[in-house]
Amino acid sequence: MKFIVSLLLTALLSFVAGLYINWWSIALAAFIVALCIHQKPGKAFLTGFLALFLLWGGLAWCIDSRNDSVLSHRIAQLLPFGGSSFLMILATGLLAALVAGFASLSGSYLRKSR
Amino acid sequence: MRIVPFIISSLVTVSLVVVLDTRLVLKAPLGQLLSPQQGVWQNAEPSDLNYNEDLSFAALKGKGDVYFDDRLVPHVFADNENDAYFIQGFLHAKFRLWQMEFQTNVAAGRLCEIMGQQLGDVDLLNKVDRYFRRLGMGYAAEKSLVIMEADPATKAMCDAYTAGVNAYISSLNQSQLPLEYKLLGYQPEAWTNLKTALFIKYMALDLAGAENDFEYTAARNILSRLDFEKLNPLRPDSLDPIIPKDSAFVPTIKVKAPASADSLYFTYGKDSSSLPTEAYKPDKSNGSNNWAVSGRKTKSGYPILCSDPHLGLNLPSLWYEMQIETPQYNAYGVSFPCAPGIVIGFNDHCAFGVTNAGRDVRDYYSIRFKDDTHTSYLYNGEWKTTEFRYEHIKIKGKPDFIDTVAYTVWGPVMFDNNYSGGRTRDSGNYAVRWKAHDPSNEMKMFYLLDRAQNYNDYLEAIKNLHTPGQNCAFACKDGDIAMWCQGEFPAKWRRQGDFIMPGTDSSYQWQGMIPQQENPHMVNPERGFVSSANQLPVDTSYPYYIGGSFPNYRGITINRRLDKMEDITPQDMMQLQTDNYNVFAEMARPVLLKNMPETKLNDDERKYWNIFKTWNLRSDTAEKGPSVFATVWDSLEQVVWKDEADLTHSAYWPYASTLLEGILRDSAYKYLDNINTPQKETLADDLLAALKKATPVLKKADDDGRLAWAKFKATKVQHLTRLPALSRLDLPIGGGVHIINAAKKDHGPSWRMIVSLTPQTEAYGVYPGGQSGNPGSKYYDTFIDSWANGSYYPLWVMKKEEAMDKRVKFKMSFSK
Repeated sequence: MKFIVSLLLTALLSFVAGLYINWWSIALAAFIVALCIHQKPGKAFLTGFLALFLLWGGLAWCIDSRNDSVLSHRIAQLLPFGGSSFLMILATGLLAALVAGFASLSGSYLRKSR
Repeated sequence: MRIVPFIISSLVTVSLVVVLDTRLVLKAPLGQLLSPQQGVWQNAEPSDLNYNEDLSFAALKGKGDVYFDDRLVPHVFADNENDAYFIQGFLHAKFRLWQMEFQTNVAAGRLCEIMGQQLGDVDLLNKVDRYFRRLGMGYAAEKSLVIMEADPATKAMCDAYTAGVNAYISSLNQSQLPLEYKLLGYQPEAWTNLKTALFIKYMALDLAGAENDFEYTAARNILSRLDFEKLNPLRPDSLDPIIPKDSAFVPTIKVKAPASADSLYFTYGKDSSSLPTEAYKPDKSNGSNNWAVSGRKTKSGYPILCSDPHLGLNLPSLWYEMQIETPQYNAYGVSFPCAPGIVIGFNDHCAFGVTNAGRDVRDYYSIRFKDDTHTSYLYNGEWKTTEFRYEHIKIKGKPDFIDTVAYTVWGPVMFDNNYSGGRTRDSGNYAVRWKAHDPSNEMKMFYLLDRAQNYNDYLEAIKNLHTPGQNCAFACKDGDIAMWCQGEFPAKWRRQGDFIMPGTDSSYQWQGMIPQQENPHMVNPERGFVSSANQLPVDTSYPYYIGGSFPNYRGITINRRLDKMEDITPQDMMQLQTDNYNVFAEMARPVLLKNMPETKLNDDERKYWNIFKTWNLRSDTAEKGPSVFATVWDSLEQVVWKDEADLTHSAYWPYASTLLEGILRDSAYKYLDNINTPQKETLADDLLAALKKATPVLKKADDDGRLAWAKFKATKVQHLTRLPALSRLDLPIGGGVHIINAAKKDHGPSWRMIVSLTPQTEAYGVYPGGQSGNPGSKYYDTFIDSWANGSYYPLWVMKKEEAMDKRVKFKMSFSK
């Protein structure tokens, strides 16, 4: 239950922050949620990781399918993804997931250390 | 205690953020770029995006409605004309903002500000920014702006346009920025009328910036007068000029070479020092076709006008298609994102299109400074004080660079001991006298053309065109057709300005401008058509000197075809405008076939030579003949001219017509001999050498399956940043140099337009791009495939009552 709540809260807070603040606000969001809702470090990492993988990856996937992959195909040639829209979406999700995962982990450790 | 893991994982998090937020690898942070809420994903337009919008702006005086058709071409209906220009500015910005700012930044010498000093191995500071600044682009734009703003009509027009662009810019937030700003990591700035003026100068440089003064001077220093004249003839034998029989008249401006010219200027073969050569050269083939046929030759009995300007092929396109209707006029055609008005198009009465006049309006003068401070220079025996202009160049990631440019009576000293253009140079100082430095108000031409109703209105309009000079074709529903080779051109004595002139003596200045009414022109000619394709405008009877740098062959095909055509329909014109017949090859092939020593060919050489022999002279996509001809001819030029070019330290080679006509006239043409070998080469030797040089290239292409012309030529439409991912490469299109369908590697027909001036106008057009400049939009490159295969879109001149027509897809309303 904690896991689901943390996951949803992390995603929601990241989404709202993303509308107004810099992209790295996702790290703050994940950190704060992990700090407030305590979970074991491993689970916390997974929460942040999954939340942002689903949020960024999902958003990118949604945008991409409405765009018929016109843009992602071009950008995936600029970046070393060989023109693959799928890799673009995956990279987007993983990038955010890693940042948020470690931020959650930090939050969890900080809570524990007190 | 979990403090250690906390510190470690925090460090990992922070490092990740720092790495993904750095601008060191890419120009923008990767985390920012990939953010689906802020980054490039936001530029991925839904394919069913609805462009409907209701907008209100205090700057508007009345109401305006914009209807977008299925190609995203806006049809603007505005209550008053300044609102129309506001809306046009808004639309240009909405669909093309990055391009507008980029082009004007290039013109202003501000590329380093965005891109940094180096781009790959290109030194942007010295090759681009300083070049544009020292040529006086900013200086020229500022002078023209004063004239533009002194005219109430063009001031109001530009002010409204600028307000429209800025209304859009201020509505943008970070996530809505055009893709390129995000990739390159910078922000748009406010638009100004000066930027519009800079754009006009950018076109002036592209179209009226060509000269070969340094190359010609280098050649003059080495060659005899006879050799120089032979290599740089003023009139090709096969010339079919724009104005066929211009009656001789007595010129108003009498020009005379200075008394000292023989000793100071025509110094053939007397000097072997090298000269600076220029870093930037406008494409030699910047050109175009246009023609208009009278109703006598058309099926409908009404005139037809055709225009296709050949320019660099870029994405986003130089052009933006639109219709503008106000109570004063109703114009349709293409506009320049950067400037108000319709540039090439038509209205309810007439149609207009231009080709480049290509006259030499840029000359150099050698300056003698008193000392290294450059504060005074010798002029008519006196020391005259220099004025300085300080060019403040911002460089991304580096301290600013201040370029001090000396201005003389002639113009800015472009090359001196501070600036060589990145090439070898001598110790001289060279000032540039460029016609585009003189203030002029070209916006007034567009303003008047869009509302022209007859020949006289057209004539009044084009009188405002000073630089770049253009061959302006015109056709009207009342039956008139006309062509004016229009511009303000200096009246020169023979070969004036072909070489660098002495800047110490006022007698070398341009002695006057050719009066407008003495520009070559033709109205309702007997032959029933007017045409231009950048060839020499006139024959030898014209009393002013106009130089010899004009492409010759497209005009020959066009006139030959138009001459024969009767009962012409717009469909016939489409066929003509996209024709791939190579008249140059037709003229060259017999002499090449006759002189090739075929017995000396090996199997590969014979194979390719046979392809050339049996070729149908059409440069269609699947033909292999054009690939062979182009490569062999190119090699022949190398074989013939390389020794002369090395001798004169010059990168400049004579025109294709010079070599062809040289060998047509005389198979023992003097320059066939390689001066660096003891034996005397003949045409057969050179041809064989050329084929031997060409064969490995052809064989390689053949092995790779790229010998068919379209694949061999590989025409591309490149994004302005040259990023392949945002470009369209390897397009299946034929044509090329010397051909009506002038689609070369990255240069070609940029807007094909056909207008039949029947009571209900019937028009067709296509350009190699799309209405949206956003690479994430399905409208980014919509028209490219149609353009490549030679098909056209019917141009819909919408009437306001047709708002419910099924062709209308979206509506934007503008109100106060």
